Amino acid sequence: MKGPSLMDSLFQRSIDDLIKALRLTPPGTEPAFIAKAIEEIRLEIKSTDPQTKFLALQKLTYLHSLHGHDMSWAAFHSVELSSSASHSHKRTAYLSAALSFNPATTDVILLLTHHLRKDLSSPNAHAVSLALSTLSSICNPDLARDLTPELFTLLSSSKITVRKKAIATVLGVFKQYPDSVRVCFKRVVENLENLDLGILSAVVGLFSELTENEPRSYLPLAPEFYKILVDCKNNWVLIKVLKIFAKLAPLEPRLGKRVVEPICEIMSTMGAKSLVFECVRTILTSMSEHDSAVKLAVGKVREFLLEDDPNLKYLGLQALSIVAQKNISAVVENKDLVVKSLSDSDINIRLEALRLVMCIVSEDNVMEICRILISHSLKSDPEFCNEILGFILLTCGRNYYEVIFYFDWYVLFLGEMARVPHCQKGDEIATQLIDIGMRVKDARSQLVHVTRDLVIDPALLGNPFMHAVLAAAAWVSGEYIMLSRNPFEIMEALLQPRTSLLSPSVRAVYIHSAFKVLMFCMYSYLRLNGDDSSLPSTLIDSELVSDVELDDQNMIVTNGQPLSTSSVIDHLTQESILALVNLAEINLGPLAGSNELEVLERSTNVLGLIKLIKPMLLGSLDNGEGDQAKGELTASETVKMIFDSCSEDLGPVSVNAQERVPIPDGLGLKENLDDLEEICGDVKLPLLTSFSLVRPQYTEASSNADSQGKEESEPSSESTSLLAEHRKRHGLYYLALGNTMATSNDYPPAHDPKDKVADEAEDLVKLTEKSLITGKKPSQSKPRPVVVKFDDGEVTNVTTDRTGIKADLISGAVNKVLLGDEATTSSSSRRKPPKSRRVTDESSAGIAKIDQSEHSKAGSKHHGHGKERRHQSSAKDKDHDHKDKQKSDSTAHGKHRSRHRADKALEAQAPVIPDFLL
Amino acid sequence: MIRGVIIMNDQGKPRLIKFYEFQPPEKQQELVRSIYRVLCSRAENVSNFIKADSLFGPDVRLVYKTFATLYFVFIFDKSENELAVIDLMQVFVETLNKCFREVCELDIVFNFYKVHTILDEIIMGGQVLETSSEEVASAVDAISRPLSLSLSLPLSLRVCVCARALVSSCEWVLRCNRHLLLQLSLRVLEHGAQKYLWLNSTECFFSSLYFLLFRFV
Repeated sequence: MKGPSLMDSLFQRSIDDLIKALRLTPPGTEPAFIAKAIEEIRLEIKSTDPQTKFLALQKLTYLHSLHGHDMSWAAFHSVELSSSASHSHKRTAYLSAALSFNPATTDVILLLTHHLRKDLSSPNAHAVSLALSTLSSICNPDLARDLTPELFTLLSSSKITVRKKAIATVLGVFKQYPDSVRVCFKRVVENLENLDLGILSAVVGLFSELTENEPRSYLPLAPEFYKILVDCKNNWVLIKVLKIFAKLAPLEPRLGKRVVEPICEIMSTMGAKSLVFECVRTILTSMSEHDSAVKLAVGKVREFLLEDDPNLKYLGLQALSIVAQKNISAVVENKDLVVKSLSDSDINIRLEALRLVMCIVSEDNVMEICRILISHSLKSDPEFCNEILGFILLTCGRNYYEVIFYFDWYVLFLGEMARVPHCQKGDEIATQLIDIGMRVKDARSQLVHVTRDLVIDPALLGNPFMHAVLAAAAWVSGEYIMLSRNPFEIMEALLQPRTSLLSPSVRAVYIHSAFKVLMFCMYSYLRLNGDDSSLPSTLIDSELVSDVELDDQNMIVTNGQPLSTSSVIDHLTQESILALVNLAEINLGPLAGSNELEVLERSTNVLGLIKLIKPMLLGSLDNGEGDQAKGELTASETVKMIFDSCSEDLGPVSVNAQERVPIPDGLGLKENLDDLEEICGDVKLPLLTSFSLVRPQYTEASSNADSQGKEESEPSSESTSLLAEHRKRHGLYYLALGNTMATSNDYPPAHDPKDKVADEAEDLVKLTEKSLITGKKPSQSKPRPVVVKFDDGEVTNVTTDRTGIKADLISGAVNKVLLGDEATTSSSSRRKPPKSRRVTDESSAGIAKIDQSEHSKAGSKHHGHGKERRHQSSAKDKDHDHKDKQKSDSTAHGKHRSRHRADKALEAQAPVIPDFLL
Repeated sequence: MIRGVIIMNDQGKPRLIKFYEFQPPEKQQELVRSIYRVLCSRAENVSNFIKADSLFGPDVRLVYKTFATLYFVFIFDKSENELAVIDLMQVFVETLNKCFREVCELDIVFNFYKVHTILDEIIMGGQVLETSSEEVASAVDAISRPLSLSLSLPLSLRVCVCARALVSSCEWVLRCNRHLLLQLSLRVLEHGAQKYLWLNSTECFFSSLYFLLFRFV
């Protein structure tokens, strides 16, 4: 393609022109303008004139960085320009490389290696720092491998800025190419002793990054860090050292003991908030066993909470949530401030405070805290209001409502939450309402009371967020109708016209509940007239009697004593029952033509039942003495059967119930069942409603309780014959007849209260309850209601955390370098801290060997270099001797060697973590 | 380490985007947009932190600060201290102030490269290098001194000079070849019309050209 003409380059737009033009383009035409500019750039960038290319690349990089335009196609031009002699050209080229190259996919990066190497060894400090910053941005394994020797040289550069940047670059190189650790690590460690603050902060920053992944490898360097902690006065450096100790201290308890004192001193003497906060965090996360230090830190946190600065408040709350995991009393001490933060204007602070408040919830204060929170939720914006409600539900429902003692209160509270104007947590509330109904028998009467209020209120029907709650409330009122004071008003509520606002699935629940209520009223009525009517004596169901009698004494006993003067019984006249039946018939009649399958089916059920019982009711109304007609008998029997099936107590089912069912012999579960598809193809699976609960004795939770009741009593001859025919045809898929009977009796019922395991769990609950009651609140006479639960809850999946392989490699290399060191020094004297500067001849020779492989060309140069190092190391040894008075042996090389021989044996042993600072 | 630095104005237009781990350009734009959405909803005088779990994953924190019309946003992980990063942000702004003498949004708009240079002196590869604004400012001065020499003339000036040269030299060109001049003017006009419609200086340029054309054609 032809390059740009002379005229094009004469009038080439500079980046300033481009920016000005972009600012002047009318809104909306920007993409078109950029496309045109890119078109120009494509032409200009091919120019042989470096200035033209430079300007084009400058513009392109700008468009890439701030307007998100792809520039991967121009990668080669960046590489080309980076060889330019002009510093500004180079700068642009490197910046565009740093901003646009993807280290993983851009393949022209390899072409940059040579330019980078040249610039890294250039005498111009600007060029070197430019190359270093590029390298740190786009480092990939190949670049890291090829440029390690240059970096190694720069780590001891005499220019402070260059050395600083080299240290910062090392991190990326280590990550990409762990083998470079062996080459560079000693030089990096040497820099820990540097007096220049810039270099020190760079090295300490590097180590704080490295310790983040694999702290154990850096334990041998603890003495150096300790020295910095004590001596250094720079906030940045101290913060980073504290970060390192936060990682190291949990690994080595003695280290924690040693550093906790200086940290406390820094905390109380230094003024910088950032440093103080870092001290607090270090103590709270890593040194929580030092009580006095924790106390001091919590005091500081309180100061933070009292500040006006929202940042400090926020961080203070975060610090408290760290303490909360181990030491809840610290949070309780600051409860006043935490609660005050709940009404802060900042959502971050409010959320953090809310989380903390939920941490301190216990059996004793749950009522108080919930009351405070609900009043806050009424005042706050919808988003936060729902956060509050969500947290309350989560905390109270945690571990089978372990913090709840008074379930009556909690059930009332749930009703209150559902009525909070912005409430969008309907699903959770609904789940808990039903869950409590099933698990906590003693709470049922209050539950029925609460749900009655919910179902009756016509205003709630208009709120779509409430529908889940209403469905739950309707289910509860239907299921536990025998505990209700007035079934008639519930029936009216369930059939009120505004229910047309509900979604079909919720409506289906309403209709089914109405069905249950109707059943209950019928049954009670028939029992009431049991003396004079011809009800079979078997109707006096001892199980039901005992069931109801178990309930709270303020409950209305509806059976057992038909002559009791309860309000329900008072209402149970023939007229009222008839009115009830008529009400149901009138309201459900139109629904029999509904388009919704669930609604249609359930209303048809109810209507069918009404058709069955109405003649009987009318008959008994006409002939008060009772007609002994055959139809009536069957009707009352039917009512009894349906009622029995409905009054069966539902309970929670253990998650692992299925697993406990033994697989009968001869049942091939693993066989290929593909050909079953054609048999079952036309059979539709039953729609799952939101409350598909398993009845213990039945194999399926059919939504059609009516037909179920019938089948139970006498399976119709038609269906049995069909079944037999089917069995004959597809005998393969049926269990053997005898076998079915035998095993079905053997199945442990899913939630059988006599289940051994569940029993044990319950006993345990009772036991702990007792001990709690005797220990903590002897005044409470009433024991906490039993919550049915299973000890084998959900199996928590342990997620295997993956640490990067690269990080492991780094730490492996570091271990090799450091523990190699360790072995050489620890044998000579226990008191001597491991020092990397104590490089013996052999280890420096080891480095030289690596050097040799890297600098294959510069062999002679390396020789001098090795000498220099030896000189350095002996000089440093002297220096060290001067400091360390305990050590008497001089720097004689002979001694070094003899000591080294002894170390050989030590090195073979597993590396032992030495005593630090002791 | 520090994961990224973003400067954007109060309309959500990015002025500087720098991530220390590679992010494709579309992702960068998307992140800027979603951060801006959060920033908009923040009231004044609230804490400077933003929950960024949904954008960057857990453990990553985000602090921002407002200076005049600009938001400065720093993204970093748990190996940095939150308050220290806020201080660092202050250092960055102070340095900008020193380098541009009373910095305003326009300075950052038109000095894309210089701002990057300044940032590179403070943070490299996610590691904080220098926390003193004096040091950074002097280092940036040292780097950009040779740079300023190579700055080319602004385009408007180039155009004016060109047009003036055309007009003033018309006499002898006319004598040589009237036709050549016409051709030249037309080509200049063509390029100008393509590229410089948006420039204020175009007016001056075109007036010269029309003058030429009317006089000699």
